[in-house]
Amino acid sequence: MSAEKFKEGKGVLIDQNWFQSWHKLKQPRPPLVKNILVAFFAGGIVCLLGQFILNIYISLGVPVEQAGNPTVATVIFLAALLTGFGVFDNIARLAGAGLAVPVTGFANSVTSMAIEFRREGLVLGTGSKMFALAGSIIVFGVVTAFVVGLISALI
Amino acid sequence: MTAELLVEKRAGEQSIVLEKRAVLLAPSTVAGPKESRGPLAGSFDRCYDDLVLKEKSFERAECHMLEEVCYLAIGKAGLVPNQIDYYLGGDLLNQIISASFCARKLAIPFFGLYGACSTLAESLCLAGMMIEGGFARNILVAVSSHNCSAERQYRYPTEYGFQRPGYAQWTITGAGAAVIGVSGDGPRLESLTPGKVVDADIKDPYDMGSAMAPAAADTIYTHLNDLQRDPSYYDLIITGDLGGVGKKLNEAILERNGVRIAANYTDCGLLIYYPQQQVDAGASGCACSALGFFGYYYPLMLKKEIRRILLVATGALHSPTTFLQGESIPAIAHAVSLEI
Amino acid sequence: MGSYFTAFLIGGLICVIGQLLFDLTPFTPGHILSGFTVAGGILGGIGVYDSLIQFAGAGALLPISSFGNALAKGAMSEAARSGILGVLTGMFELTSTGITATILFGFFMAVVFKPRG
Repeated sequence: MSAEKFKEGKGVLIDQNWFQSWHKLKQPRPPLVKNILVAFFAGGIVCLLGQFILNIYISLGVPVEQAGNPTVATVIFLAALLTGFGVFDNIARLAGAGLAVPVTGFANSVTSMAIEFRREGLVLGTGSKMFALAGSIIVFGVVTAFVVGLISALI
Repeated sequence: MTAELLVEKRAGEQSIVLEKRAVLLAPSTVAGPKESRGPLAGSFDRCYDDLVLKEKSFERAECHMLEEVCYLAIGKAGLVPNQIDYYLGGDLLNQIISASFCARKLAIPFFGLYGACSTLAESLCLAGMMIEGGFARNILVAVSSHNCSAERQYRYPTEYGFQRPGYAQWTITGAGAAVIGVSGDGPRLESLTPGKVVDADIKDPYDMGSAMAPAAADTIYTHLNDLQRDPSYYDLIITGDLGGVGKKLNEAILERNGVRIAANYTDCGLLIYYPQQQVDAGASGCACSALGFFGYYYPLMLKKEIRRILLVATGALHSPTTFLQGESIPAIAHAVSLEI
Repeated sequence: MGSYFTAFLIGGLICVIGQLLFDLTPFTPGHILSGFTVAGGILGGIGVYDSLIQFAGAGALLPISSFGNALAKGAMSEAARSGILGVLTGMFELTSTGITATILFGFFMAVVFKPRG
């Protein structure tokens, strides 16, 4: 038994090595195969729906290279609406990354914060807490784009 | 007075033996919608099918449940609020607002306690000591927790969609209260073992069972050692909210220290919900040990089907800030031995 | 721009990468989605992400990596047009629809709905 203990003398003795290996061994693991399949199909269906919306906008006469913007906005609206009705979290618990990685996850994190902190007021609750979860995505996107843009401008 | 006289009621390292009768009376419970669909639904005094209880926020709803359960307990004990000498209790929220706001309404001298999910046992320990010391006749102990108010404080907003890991636990929506008196029909607080804070270097805030199990094991071991008892002395040893993972870990740690408790050991966290209710490793929260013990085991004790219980409520003493700053999760457990 | 089949396939595969990161790394969703945006920005910078959008349509447009790509592309194209300050002025040129929609819909949902728990 290793000498590394939580404490000596009083109380139970816990061998850190044993504890860590037991913990690693007995900890429930995510059902990886099921999660991957569900994420693939959920993400695929979200993007399939997005493609459908994209094609509608193109057929309505939106230029092809600009049709992406209204598509993204529509998907954001749908995700925000599902969040408002309180069903998004139940679907996402099953779908995992299939709903988190598309812009639906971004919209959900903003809307859920906005709704949750409504009771602290529209200004100091909804307004200031809205981007508490999704803010990091914008910040790191902007920092990356800044570096990328700077490099491209200099070469 | 010599030093021996001053500490005559202490046993071993940490324990206290109570000689007077501190009796646990009038246990009362209220439960939220999810708990009311669980296996213990029939044992709660009041069940709500609404998470907000027509209040304006989850925090108000939690406070509402706590006030409700306090009045229930005082009424069941045949008392009125100004016959209660002290109110001991707490909850999970910052600045223990539910308990303090409830105390504002009750107007009873109040000690606000924070021991995370161990608050019930912490309150019982202190109430036992106050009765033993002759400082009070009737003490109200009450705890509450609310899934949504805890979730939005400790983790994510309630509508945020993400996958909970399999070892995550579900904070109970509910509240429990009881009166500790000097006489009456009910189990007597026989001995107490306040626990030490133990840190097992777990950093994942979802992995509370593993963080709390070493604290539970430490307190159980110390209690048995201090009082020179075998686990079989108790008809039942109940931990508060270790859940599936923590319960196994607690058994394993104790077994490595030469104590086998598996035969008469159970965990309230596994009692409250059916497995198909999607709560992963089980229930947690201040109200977990309250709903489990007051709701289910107390009536069994009154029927004398169980005579001796060791209640060990465990709490994880972290905050969202310490977790983000990379600190590990310290945990605590307090043990209360009850006999009838 | 993309077909139903390629949108489904590529969109699904990008989500599988996300699921693997969720399940096999200790990072939080916030870390991983920020990582996706950074990856999208870099892929956009080297010009790969646009061809992925051409191939997969919504399958590459909807994952959050496309947000990083659009930020980078806005910064780069404005910088090419109007010099180095364009990095700042062009940053949100292409993503303003997404950001505006998120803020507006989030706000209106907060006005209309209450959290259900």
